[in-house]
Amino acid sequence: MDKTLQKDPAKKIGAAIAVCLIAALYIFLILLDNVLPANGFTLMLIPVLKKGAIYSLICVSMNLLNGFTGLFSLGQAGFLLVGAYAYAIFAIPSDQHAAVYQYFDGGAIGFSIPEALAKVLGENAGAFLGAVICIILAGLVAAVFAALIGIPVLRLKSDYLAIATLGFAEIIRAIFQWNGVGPVTNGSNMLRKYTSFSAIKIGEIKLATAFPFFIAMICIGLIVLLINSSYGRAFKAVRDDEVAAEAMGISLFKHKMLSFVISSFFAGVGGALLAMYQTTIQANAFKSAMTYEILLIVVIGGIGSVSGSCIASFLYIACNEWWLRFLDSGGVTLFGKEITVPFFRDGFRKVVFSVIIMVIVLFFSRGIMGDKELSFAGLVRKLRKKKTAEAAEGGAGK
Amino acid sequence: MSNTDIVLHVENVTMQFGGVMAVNDLSLDVPKGKIIALIGPNGAGKTTAFNCITGVYEPTNGLVEFCGLPMVRNHPRGKMKKLYQGEHADLYTHDPAIAPSPDKITELGIARTFQNIRLWKSMTVFDNVLTAKHMRAKQNVFSATFRANAKEEKRMRDETEALLAEQDLLQYRDELATSLPYGLQRRLEIARALATSPKLLLLDEPAAGMNPQETHELAQFIQQIQEKYDLTVFLIEHHMDLVMQISDYIYVIDFGSEIAQGVPQEIQNNQRVIDAYLGVSEE
Repeated sequence: MDKTLQKDPAKKIGAAIAVCLIAALYIFLILLDNVLPANGFTLMLIPVLKKGAIYSLICVSMNLLNGFTGLFSLGQAGFLLVGAYAYAIFAIPSDQHAAVYQYFDGGAIGFSIPEALAKVLGENAGAFLGAVICIILAGLVAAVFAALIGIPVLRLKSDYLAIATLGFAEIIRAIFQWNGVGPVTNGSNMLRKYTSFSAIKIGEIKLATAFPFFIAMICIGLIVLLINSSYGRAFKAVRDDEVAAEAMGISLFKHKMLSFVISSFFAGVGGALLAMYQTTIQANAFKSAMTYEILLIVVIGGIGSVSGSCIASFLYIACNEWWLRFLDSGGVTLFGKEITVPFFRDGFRKVVFSVIIMVIVLFFSRGIMGDKELSFAGLVRKLRKKKTAEAAEGGAGK
Repeated sequence: MSNTDIVLHVENVTMQFGGVMAVNDLSLDVPKGKIIALIGPNGAGKTTAFNCITGVYEPTNGLVEFCGLPMVRNHPRGKMKKLYQGEHADLYTHDPAIAPSPDKITELGIARTFQNIRLWKSMTVFDNVLTAKHMRAKQNVFSATFRANAKEEKRMRDETEALLAEQDLLQYRDELATSLPYGLQRRLEIARALATSPKLLLLDEPAAGMNPQETHELAQFIQQIQEKYDLTVFLIEHHMDLVMQISDYIYVIDFGSEIAQGVPQEIQNNQRVIDAYLGVSEE
């Protein structure tokens, strides 16, 4: 069977196109960071790309849980918070501790991973490697939290699971804001001064935009590999029919736990990237509204579609941060003329957004991609079919 | 018959829901290599008995052994202590260590099918069978993700292919499981159960909703797989034709209690069975 797949020309061409596109993307991103001038367009484009890449990872991690394992969990913001905090705590340089933890006598932690590595490897390599290690640590800490929460919570089903995970996310937020753990989390104050995207460089080449893409792509790649493995099939079996899955020897608790922990690991990684993007973080920002935002993207993209989640992430972020901004600004500029529209004022964007979402939910209830995946091999096959069909038609016409 | 020849041993199993006795003091033996049937009119407690064996329910009282290994041993506890209406309440001690969940029971070697077909709806025919092989694979989540188990995955795929070919399902391998006609879905469900490499196959009304022709084919099919995989088959059925055709031994229950047991001819002529099925005339 594998042999036939390897011989499939469409698959080969598809893979080649994908590799070329990815290479082109990275070249573009590196140009964007280093060469292209900073004008109005790129100043909007760069943050959208960064945040879109981060949200892609976060949404795919939620999709693994909600779409592929059928666990309706609403705890994502909690794990993002854990990841973001874990990253920031390990990455604040030690000489900044006094400034950041000003109410807690410089905090309880006296070291910083990027700093320690910078001493050994030089500044740039230290920052890069330190950031990567801190990101992985952030994922691991989130995974540990998930494992502990999962033990009681994963015995619940559907709505009850959603309520319990939502509650736990809020509890996590409350605990992180508590002054008792202030020496570590800085209480309800901000964490800042840690390694952010702008510190990621190789030599003189800045990688501020390429880095989140790089991390997100590896993580999403891993999730896709997992989904297409035997465990991924077992997750889908649990989603489709729990009773049948259990009767076929698939341990429900073990597989739900696996999915929950893995999803939270990647949510933690996403949280760490979000912390890098924002340069400052505060537990107060990780409210349940954030979970709903992520859930919304997953639903728009298609529950059970990785590529759908990615496409929807970029679309949502672009609309929210860029394309629909004009709705908030009181007027539009068309052909050099300023037109004032009475409805356009602060918050009107959200109204339009809600309407768009309602339209999507009503008319495209399965999202952009449904549960299908975007595949270049499939596109090549379609194009070929079209070509052969056209050739056949042309032949008939003659 | 020595004890090792008994694949499934059910002893005084009682399942009481509140005040309802779904299964009352059921005892039966399923010897190795035989086809044994459990029959009874609607609501007699057949599926409940199945669920007690496969770990879906924990019986209120009684013992279930698989190849001499106790799987469930229970006696009325908690609220049931007072409510319990059955017998033998003090015969068995409860041991929480031996009440495995359905997946553990499948791992021991008992596979089942369902009365209302429960295939994985979003998966293809091929994936349905392949997924059932997940339990016996020796991979872990890392080796599976990083494709370090390629050899095992290939073996699983080859075995699935072979199994589908044997069951005449290979031509449908890339179709959605739910798009198959009803009879083939039943067959696929049996193929999926076989993929877990069971010793004992439990079939819950395999002929439900089938016409006489399909039922006849199914009977042959069950006999074939029984011989081929050296299986023991324990089935629940409504269709008398099928049961009489293939069973070696039959247990009949009504209102949760056993009313008769014997070889097919004996059951056919048993007045209590006829009464249970047709009702007793009021004379």
